[in-house]
Amino acid sequence: MPAQSIWTLLSWGPEGWSDDIAYGALVTVALALATLPIGLTLGFFIAWAKQSEEPSLRLAANIYTTMFRGLPELVTLFLFFFGMPILLQYIIRLFKPEATIDVDSFIAGMIVLSLIFSSYASEVFLSAFRAIPKGQYEGGYAVGLSKWQTMRKVILPQLLRIAFPGLENCWLSLLKDTALVSVVNLAETLRNAGVAARVTKHSFLFYSVAALVFLVLAILSSIATGFILRSLGRREAR
Amino acid sequence: MSAAETIAVERPPPRARGWPRARIAGYALVGFWILFGLGIVAYLIFAWNGEFFARYAPAYLQGLRTTLSLVAVSMMLGALMSLPVTYGRMSKSRWLSGLAYCYVYFFRGTPLLVQVYLVYYGVGSFRVQLESVGLWWFFRDAFNCGVFAFALNTAAYQAEILRGAIESVPRGQWEGAASLGLHKLQTLRKIILPQAIIVALRPYGNELVLMIKASAIVAIITVYDLMGNAKLAYAKSFDFQAYVWVAIVYLVMVEILRHGVEWIERRITIHLKR
Repeated sequence: MPAQSIWTLLSWGPEGWSDDIAYGALVTVALALATLPIGLTLGFFIAWAKQSEEPSLRLAANIYTTMFRGLPELVTLFLFFFGMPILLQYIIRLFKPEATIDVDSFIAGMIVLSLIFSSYASEVFLSAFRAIPKGQYEGGYAVGLSKWQTMRKVILPQLLRIAFPGLENCWLSLLKDTALVSVVNLAETLRNAGVAARVTKHSFLFYSVAALVFLVLAILSSIATGFILRSLGRREAR
Repeated sequence: MSAAETIAVERPPPRARGWPRARIAGYALVGFWILFGLGIVAYLIFAWNGEFFARYAPAYLQGLRTTLSLVAVSMMLGALMSLPVTYGRMSKSRWLSGLAYCYVYFFRGTPLLVQVYLVYYGVGSFRVQLESVGLWWFFRDAFNCGVFAFALNTAAYQAEILRGAIESVPRGQWEGAASLGLHKLQTLRKIILPQAIIVALRPYGNELVLMIKASAIVAIITVYDLMGNAKLAYAKSFDFQAYVWVAIVYLVMVEILRHGVEWIERRITIHLKR
């Protein structure tokens, strides 16, 4: 291959690698966006369990967060990526021998990132729970709402507003953690940049591009959260 | 006296008796965790392999040493490098603070894995130039590259911690010291830092835990730390317990550190409790 200029390498099309890296960026965003709702829901329920009056619920929730905040993300990922097929195969063979299981790296990444994201988000939700005065619950019960209705209609809207800045941080670290899934061969930003680096021998260039993609994603999400925060602030009762 | 008795103390409501829904859910979940724990123990007993243990336990210990030295060296280098960054962040000069802001934003905004690749593969690809400057011996070694990337990364985080802690000390402290005739460095050393360190202790502890967890990444660039040895053991034996053991070691290490930091914090803030 003749020496190519940097601009050919970065062009869009069969000669350049921009399209591959852009596709990888899409996968990165898709993975993070797919993780977000699962992680938020899980995190909310874990925080709810943590501030419950029932000690056994608190204990169960604390075990969960201790585990997933204590394990390195990479170890959790490997445990699931290599462990799940073994476990699933073991279970499925009970019913249907000769079956083989392959875990999709996108799904494995999604599960692992949800677990990690939810355990961090639960801490944010928990401190938001503590910032809501008891009178809000009592008011809800007093007008005849059930426990679940009070939670959904009275507490949750306030909770989200208080927790939002903390959740933004969780989202940013989620975005960065998606890079780890490249290790189990998910073709996301870093993986595709790595392929480009290996093929063209321009490692510094392509890893810089990958870093730039993540920076742009971080800047875009802080712009987006700025919008959301402003609209939340406008709606706040004064 | 009877009046005092009639004003009864407001007691907390009695604990719910019987089996409310929350308790059923709680017991079920705790039961699940107990089963899970027993499952892991059963798996480790069932999969117990003396040969595996004899072969890889020393490697794991060696890996643990590598992990700890990697984290210790990069934490200390990062602490040193965070000083100029903090200075830049807090300086009034727009250029200096802008530069420091960009540094911090870059290292906090991109994944650590990308930074490690950028150093190990990226900087490493300039072999000829590095050789001519006489730095190739440093970047040739994956461990050094890991330390380099980790130190740069943690310097950004530590600078933010330090800045936040210094800014948490009220301005009156600076002014008071100035009125006593202390100059800036003296004020910082004798008045501001002792108050700031107390605030900074917990975030520093968190950063240490994060670094220990993040250090597993260097296994990908062929450093044989704890995770690297686990990867090697799995690749050689296809025995899944390689990862289970490494997970246990990391979990224990992180928990010890976390409780240690909490203990220290309790001890040094004892005079602030009322």
